[in-house]
Amino acid sequence: MAAKRIVIDPVTRIEGHLRVEVEVKDGFVTDAFSSGTMVRGLEIILRGRDPRDAWAFAERTCGVCTTVHALASVRSVEDALGIVIPPNAELIRNLMFCTQYMQDHVVHFYHLHALDWVDVVSALKADPKATSELAQSISHWPKSSTGYFSDVQKRIAKFVASGQLGIFANGYWGHSAMKLPPEANLLGVAHYIEALDWQKEIVKVHTIFGGKNPHPNYLVGGAPCSFNLDDANAINAERLAYVAKLLSDAKAFVEQVYIPDLLAIASFYKDWGAIGGGLSNYLAYGDLPTNGFANPGKFKFPRGAILNRDLSKIHEVDAHDPQQVKESIAHSWYQYSDGDAAAKHPWEGETKLNYTGPKPPYDQLNVEGKYSWLKTPRWKGHAMEVGPLARLLVGYGTGRADIKEAVDMVLKKLDVPVAALFSTLGRTAARGIETYLVAQWSQEFYSDLLANIKNGDSRTFNGEKWEPSTWPASAKGVGMSEAPRGALAHWIVIENEKIANYQLVVPSTWNASPRDASGQRSAYEASLIGTPVADPDKPLEIIRTIHSFDPCLACAVHLYDPQGRTLNRVTVGG
Amino acid sequence: MSTNSRPTIWEHAQSKGVSRRDFLAACAWMTAMLGLPASAVAQVTKALETQPRIPVLWFHFQECTCCSESFIRSSHPGIADIVLDKISLDYTETLMAASGKQAEDALHDTMTKYKGKYLMVVEGSVPTADGGVYCCIGGRTALDIVQEAAAGAKAMICWGSCASNGCVQAAKPNPTQATPIHKLISGVPIINVPGCPPIAEVMTGTIVHLLAFDRIPQLDGLGRPKAFYSRRVHDTCYRRPNYDAGLFVNSFDDENAKRGYCLYKMGCRGPVTYNACGVMRWNGGVSFPIQSGHGCIGCSEGNFWDNGPFYRHLPNFPGFGIETTADKVGVALGAATAVGIAAHAISTNIRKRHLIKEEIAASEDVKDCRAEQGGCEIK
Repeated sequence: MAAKRIVIDPVTRIEGHLRVEVEVKDGFVTDAFSSGTMVRGLEIILRGRDPRDAWAFAERTCGVCTTVHALASVRSVEDALGIVIPPNAELIRNLMFCTQYMQDHVVHFYHLHALDWVDVVSALKADPKATSELAQSISHWPKSSTGYFSDVQKRIAKFVASGQLGIFANGYWGHSAMKLPPEANLLGVAHYIEALDWQKEIVKVHTIFGGKNPHPNYLVGGAPCSFNLDDANAINAERLAYVAKLLSDAKAFVEQVYIPDLLAIASFYKDWGAIGGGLSNYLAYGDLPTNGFANPGKFKFPRGAILNRDLSKIHEVDAHDPQQVKESIAHSWYQYSDGDAAAKHPWEGETKLNYTGPKPPYDQLNVEGKYSWLKTPRWKGHAMEVGPLARLLVGYGTGRADIKEAVDMVLKKLDVPVAALFSTLGRTAARGIETYLVAQWSQEFYSDLLANIKNGDSRTFNGEKWEPSTWPASAKGVGMSEAPRGALAHWIVIENEKIANYQLVVPSTWNASPRDASGQRSAYEASLIGTPVADPDKPLEIIRTIHSFDPCLACAVHLYDPQGRTLNRVTVGG
Repeated sequence: MSTNSRPTIWEHAQSKGVSRRDFLAACAWMTAMLGLPASAVAQVTKALETQPRIPVLWFHFQECTCCSESFIRSSHPGIADIVLDKISLDYTETLMAASGKQAEDALHDTMTKYKGKYLMVVEGSVPTADGGVYCCIGGRTALDIVQEAAAGAKAMICWGSCASNGCVQAAKPNPTQATPIHKLISGVPIINVPGCPPIAEVMTGTIVHLLAFDRIPQLDGLGRPKAFYSRRVHDTCYRRPNYDAGLFVNSFDDENAKRGYCLYKMGCRGPVTYNACGVMRWNGGVSFPIQSGHGCIGCSEGNFWDNGPFYRHLPNFPGFGIETTADKVGVALGAATAVGIAAHAISTNIRKRHLIKEEIAASEDVKDCRAEQGGCEIK
């Protein structure tokens, strides 16, 4: 049987515009091509602007993983100018980081990923009493009565009977790969609705410290809010109590709803612990500093790289090293002055438009040539997977007790070996496990913040280098972070008080990029090889694996220059 | 169940425990609100009894999805109530279960079946450079898609600054020629709901207005609902008395910042930004940027990205110059308001005027920034 080309465009329940083309033969994927189909050009727009403003522009890279680009941006400027932020600012940033993880991961699980595993129509057949018993057997969460699930079921029944299926129209209901019993499906649907209501609460931590969400405010040198226990116009005891309640409510939801649901659903899909593994290399820059960003040994999420799934050897990662992170454009709609085979560190990068794709409207991309607006990043030449799984594996390999304990707890409950982590299921489980950890860590950060204030340190901002007159004529820096979707870094070059160059290499660029010059696949493409496809007209299994990465394409595609000028050519020296 | 087999507003009301008596009372109230004669009560009642949930098609073009994220933060109504009970969200790349062909089928089913009746909402700008190749979905350009969908839409809402004025990708040099929707589409009523993103309840409030009253809310000269965009952040800011008294933050986290003084000197764009942040605040009324210590960056105003740097206060920039104007205008508050931005006429406080004169050297070039953006009047 000849291979059949399946095109999925748009891939929905993601951020941004992703197209996936796969070859399917005898019921399995034999080849895959991932393409980002939208560009905006933020890096070009950033040039010539005030480096202190960059966070606001960069933050608009993505509104789903809001804050993470603002954080990477202020860190890049602080790295370039040698600014050390006060401990309270670090703690506020950590709390905002934890908030983002909890909201983003819960929304991903219930609203972007769950409908790949949970059959909404099957939930109508459930006995609410059986769902109630299931719910109470896995969690103490109070909303678990028969009446509660019965009401949810009636609401969905009425919705379906209306004939207007809205967001559930044409879903993959009744697909042979859907394995949950009706009572578990009803539980999933009930928590889909509950999580939708819950997620708007936790983000209020951003609103308190950053004034709004999405897109809270950041500040080079610290945090924009001030503490004053004796004034209603600053962060005082009431605001802190508000944060404390939001964090503890979030921890309860994660521990009593998200994690039990994840384990319950995963237990029906253990076969997915052997599907979708893809690459065997993992990269994490690490984050959640507890003693300044210059001290990665004290991060909650450690930094490092893993090759060939060898957890016994964690390799050192240095984003400043011009030999480590490089981007190539062999299959991307760009040109390099020294040919398509070259690979360039972000500080030396070039961006030259070269759209060679088919003229729209088109049915298929020319995957032999260039087929995406994403460049292809590599670490020491290796294709790397980034994201929750990479973070946990690096933490596991580093021997971090809290991370190891959480991972082992989940493996034990699911009764699967460590090797099951290298999979679609592993990726989805890792996201839950780290949310569980982050919910705990956020309590520590909050206590530390309170202790600092109690001890008389209320500083949130270091203004020593605020005025551009204090800056050197030229400076360059890297701002690293771990976005919910993985390793994120912004590279900045400042000349004469302005941005001379700004480059982002973001998680979905690592994962969703096209092949490199030597034909190595990146994470999405590699993970799809071997995926079973029961019905090529309803490619649910492909969507599952792609969603396990939590794609974010607005982040991944951000470069473009219409005049074909050579950009970003910066000599790295000294 | 009505003959069209879709639940009507009356059926929804019943399911929510609303009595027939209360429902009829609500219909009478709504009739009065709409300015219709009492004889029209029966007509309104009938419309609400038989009206199905309006199909909504939500498009994503050049954007960051912050508008969708903001939308799901709505506290009243809650997002589940909107999506399950109030509208039929037939196409949205962010939330819909189906992908690829199944998603495209759902889109085209609604476009065909409800031609002329669906509400089209757009998140993102449309790139027009080079034939539109910079944003393609399903192999088609955003330009192609927006034109096709607009042709059958009853009305259109443009979410956020991207769809209403281009936002960050339209900032200089606007590499992809990112273009707001109202410059591409005509013949369909367009509501612009700017902001990066807009406040959640401003978004859902606009939809609720359309549903409850079956009419477009009153719009200003820029197509924005007056309910949310008729006042400057500065005029509704709780820190405004500090401004009037000449009490300013001079550096982040200084003693004045800890007292919550005015952020004008830190670059706050409140004086030139029309939005509801000061009144409604964000995320269920918890705070807004100024309350949390950072100036407004003006994210609901056209061109705000190019009116930086953000931390330099306004009068040093062409197109602003409000304080100089304020001094010139003096106490003629009414007249000043009539000319819009050049109308910052709070100059009764002698001390403040003195301080501001010291603060502002330049900015002779006083213009109405709106005039540069197309000269729309502010009512």
